[in-house]
Amino acid sequence: MAPAPATSYVAVSGLRVSARGPDGTDFDIVRDIDFTLARGEVLALIGESGSGKTTIALALLGHARNGAAITGGSIRVGDVDLLSLGATDMRALRGNRISYVAQSAAAAFNPARTIMDQAVEAVCVHRLMSRAEAEAKAIGLFGELGLPRPENIGRKYPHQFSGGQLQRLMAAMALMSDPDLVILDEPTTALDVTTQIGVLQAFRNVVRRRGTTAIYVSHDLAVVAQMADHILVLQQGHIVETGATARMIEAPAQEYTRTLMAAAHPAPAMAERGPVASVPLLEVRGVTAGYGRIDAAGTPATPVLRDVSLTLHRGQTLGVIGESGSGKSTLARTICGLLPPARGEVLLDGAPLPPGLKGRSRENFRRVQIAFQNADVALNPAQSVRQILNRPLAFYHGLRGAAAAARIAELLDLIQLPASIGDKRCTELSGGQKQRVNLARTLAANPDLILCDEVTSALDTVVGAAILDLLADLQRDLGIGIIFISHDISTVRAICDDILVLYHGHAVEQGPRDAFTQARHHPYTRLLVSSVPELRVGWLPEAGSAPALPPVSASVDAAELCPFLSRCDTREAGLCDASFPARQRLPAGNEILCHFADQRLAPPAHSQICAT
Amino acid sequence: MTASPDAHTQGGRQLALMILGRIGASVVTLILVALVVFAISSLLPGDAAQEALGQSATPEQIAALRQEMGLDRPAYERFGTWAWGLIGGDAGQSLVANMPVGDIIRERLPNSLILAAITTLVAVPLALGIGIASAMNRDGRLDRALNIATLSMVALPEFLVATLAVLIFSVWLQWLPSIALVPEEAGVAELLKALAMPVAALAIVVMAQMARMTRAAIIDQLDRPYVEMAVLKGLSLRRIILTHVLPNSVGPIFNAVALSLSYLLGGAIIVETIFNYPGLASLMVNAVTSRDMPLLQACAMIFCAAYLALMLIADVAAILANPRLRNQ
Amino acid sequence: MSVGRFLRSLRGLSLAGRIGFGLVLFWVVTALIGPMLAPHPVGAFVDRNVFGGYSSSFPLGSDYLGRDVLSRLLSGARYTIGLGASAAIAACMVGTGLALVAALGSRWTDELLSRFMDTLLSIPSKILALVLIAAFGSSLLLLMVIAAFTYVPGNYRIARALAVNLNQMDFVVAARARGERALHIALSEILPNMIHPLLADFGLRFVFIVLLLSALSFLGLGVQPPAADLGSLVRENISGIVEGAPAILIPALAIATLTVGVNMLIDALPHAGRK
Repeated sequence: MAPAPATSYVAVSGLRVSARGPDGTDFDIVRDIDFTLARGEVLALIGESGSGKTTIALALLGHARNGAAITGGSIRVGDVDLLSLGATDMRALRGNRISYVAQSAAAAFNPARTIMDQAVEAVCVHRLMSRAEAEAKAIGLFGELGLPRPENIGRKYPHQFSGGQLQRLMAAMALMSDPDLVILDEPTTALDVTTQIGVLQAFRNVVRRRGTTAIYVSHDLAVVAQMADHILVLQQGHIVETGATARMIEAPAQEYTRTLMAAAHPAPAMAERGPVASVPLLEVRGVTAGYGRIDAAGTPATPVLRDVSLTLHRGQTLGVIGESGSGKSTLARTICGLLPPARGEVLLDGAPLPPGLKGRSRENFRRVQIAFQNADVALNPAQSVRQILNRPLAFYHGLRGAAAAARIAELLDLIQLPASIGDKRCTELSGGQKQRVNLARTLAANPDLILCDEVTSALDTVVGAAILDLLADLQRDLGIGIIFISHDISTVRAICDDILVLYHGHAVEQGPRDAFTQARHHPYTRLLVSSVPELRVGWLPEAGSAPALPPVSASVDAAELCPFLSRCDTREAGLCDASFPARQRLPAGNEILCHFADQRLAPPAHSQICAT
Repeated sequence: MTASPDAHTQGGRQLALMILGRIGASVVTLILVALVVFAISSLLPGDAAQEALGQSATPEQIAALRQEMGLDRPAYERFGTWAWGLIGGDAGQSLVANMPVGDIIRERLPNSLILAAITTLVAVPLALGIGIASAMNRDGRLDRALNIATLSMVALPEFLVATLAVLIFSVWLQWLPSIALVPEEAGVAELLKALAMPVAALAIVVMAQMARMTRAAIIDQLDRPYVEMAVLKGLSLRRIILTHVLPNSVGPIFNAVALSLSYLLGGAIIVETIFNYPGLASLMVNAVTSRDMPLLQACAMIFCAAYLALMLIADVAAILANPRLRNQ
Repeated sequence: MSVGRFLRSLRGLSLAGRIGFGLVLFWVVTALIGPMLAPHPVGAFVDRNVFGGYSSSFPLGSDYLGRDVLSRLLSGARYTIGLGASAAIAACMVGTGLALVAALGSRWTDELLSRFMDTLLSIPSKILALVLIAAFGSSLLLLMVIAAFTYVPGNYRIARALAVNLNQMDFVVAARARGERALHIALSEILPNMIHPLLADFGLRFVFIVLLLSALSFLGLGVQPPAADLGSLVRENISGIVEGAPAILIPALAIATLTVGVNMLIDALPHAGRK
């Protein structure tokens, strides 16, 4: 425990929050929580799911979720003893002296009321100012958080804003009352990485400028390193370690903290490239796919993938990276036949696969397996693990009885789970166990190719890292080809042999991993890489705010132009707004979809593309 | 975002198109319903002429009657004539009363409308009040008591409620007449007294359903993150429900009210019969007993049209209340 | 569901749920073995009094013709519950079967089926039943078919919503990517996950059907003499209301405890899909 600063402004001691389990016994969600916070400081609560970080944050507002209750300890904010307050006094404090920024602003704003109504509501109810004063202040805060046209925002509804904008609006709402303490609950977790950086910068600026005291809840150490003065690491409801941010990052004292840090930055797997067969295992040629009616030129009404090609050799891993909506899951669905391409073809060992599910033979199905992101919904909740694994064995290999049982035991061993788990229903398993069963089901087919769609994204970093190790082992032992789809570039860089970057359905860059250590990249890849927070203090200010984009003619979103034109900082009038870019190969071996190939594509001096 | 007046008329036009679309869909459904009703009552059950004349009729007699009743024409033509007649207010000739179906209905319809209107006026505010009070007290003592009460009322057949009402108010207490006969020149007080029991019996059944659905619509919202956010802004539960939850449950609540009111149509069949109330529903029961098909068809179509109209109103109201649809 | 799991879920029920379960159990047993316990033949005129009170030879009194109310109640309960349960089972099987066909079949199948069901749903159930009875009559079998037909669309709508939802779940998509046929997907992947809400819906349909059949019998359009269900018992003894005779009170109470019991049980179930 760090010594309490003399001017401790927030003091929590012996905090305990309990809930009643399904078996009727009480258990503690968090216990023995002590910490202090000086005025104007930011404290980060960090931990994996189930660590109790959000529970503690909500306790600072005197709130507990889902039938849980604060059952012990004390919380002091300023000179108020929070837990001795009655319901009315507590209400008077919330949204007034203490305010809250929720994880998902899209869900935390009321869809049926205007932004302004919601922004001024708390200060009006608490009678801090008149409605007119409040509206003026809200408009000022909207501007301060970097929202365009602040005076037009108020009368709109939440659905008219993007996720990043809503998160800024929620921060503005929380600052309306000039609170003594702001609780930020994973405020950027749901955002894409290129959106996150701007929101983080806006938060950091406004918190610094106003000297706000804040508690920042996150699972992401690198994000926290940018925002907090102190870090408090939690594990399963108790404090592991606490200290100043720089000290915690440079010299963590506890093993658990070190594990967290290691998992956040996976070390690259340095497998040597084996001899490559002349015929690739998988080849995707000029695939365009999407939804709706397909026109004469072979373009669907809502195209999701446009003219994407790739090759994958046996025993290798191709990483597909992109933001939400980039078409990376659609690519997997097209390869395994769930969504027939409108144009182009998919070849397995040089032979074209029938485009849709119809016409594919059982052997075709067996060879290409898909593992979905969220194992909670990827496994049938009505079946036991044994039933789940049994089906592909019977379906593809005709295994029954003792032979099937032996193979299931083998598979469970392969994914490092005890055999006793076979009789459990998947609803009784942990997230990591479910994801292992999910992988085991694909392995049961003895596939040649596994499509892994964000298989680690829903997992805690430590659990996810273990799954990645497992995948690497399996691949080395079984020689399977893997397509690894992810939004996390550091994971992809660590485990993949080749990388494909998708933006709005276009493959804007692709090439071997080695090429991604080189200097020149597609402007989007550069933005993506430079937006990933680094695990060091002071990265965020260095990263700088987004530069002004060079002017181009008005219609930047036209389909026949570069997909990245509207956000590109390298774009050039007369070229980029006139024609679609050509695909060209850079000297390092990466292929990009861009008009340029020269030094303009080099990254700004301060950011390194690849840590290797 | 540009030129907001333009955007407004654009949005307005889209909204109008959407509502017109719903109206169109309801009309199509009504036509399909007419088809089903006609098919069941006129095409499937064999030959009405044969049945009217009995086994001893000669083929010539039957043929003559078939021609008279128009049964020798193809089915689609008969449906067309019938449906066209309905639209023009001519629902054919009652087989039993031997007078135009339209005349019989014109005499009964106002009575049913009065009963429905008064029941609605009583039931809707009470049900909304119970539903909202239940939701505000979620899992509290009041909520649990109201839950058991409404649960039981939903499960009770109308004829039990009505019979019990007669037993208590007419037989034991002798406060109210057991037959709801409204004299021609009755005053308001007399009218209300005569209608008290039918209205009460109907309202109880309709109300319970409506209150439960209203509660469910509100509870459904209470677990949403925006409600927790409102709690953490320091708002009182009353304020949260009135200003945050209700605007979001308007759609489901309108739907609940409409659905429950449509239940009134079915409930009226029993209640009107028990109290000998001269409305449309008891007329329909008589039509079933006497197998007076033209009368039955007309009554059924009026009930279905009323149901579809209720649903349409709820639908349009929900569209108008939703900012996502109102404000594109 | 294994017996142990079933008993454990019973223990988790609220008080209202347990009362509901007790009532349902009581009526199911009554319907199964009740008529064997009847002290008098159902149709026999055994009491010289009409609307007799509670007595040792006629525990629940006698009816408007001097028949034993207990014996008639036991037989009436079997009619009501038997008809109601078989119609509810038929409605749920047809509704759910069609729902699976719609959810997994082509867009046109879904469109056609859903349009047809929507049309039937737009006819209030009592009105639809009345039209059907006027057209076809009301023998026991017809009553069962009519009641089932009337409540197929409601079950179809709920089952289709469930199936469409499940059909988009990753585990079903995974099965499709594995190359499974539609029949396997419907029966092994989707249906087992619909059982809980469908059981609740089955209970609701049963209550609706019992209410409908009782109401029809009360109007004289349902079960025809000499057979009598609970609704008929109320109807035939309606004149006993003036003296508050058990002959009318007891069948009324029977219907109420049956339907309220089922409702309370469903309401207490954790997975109850509420209408």
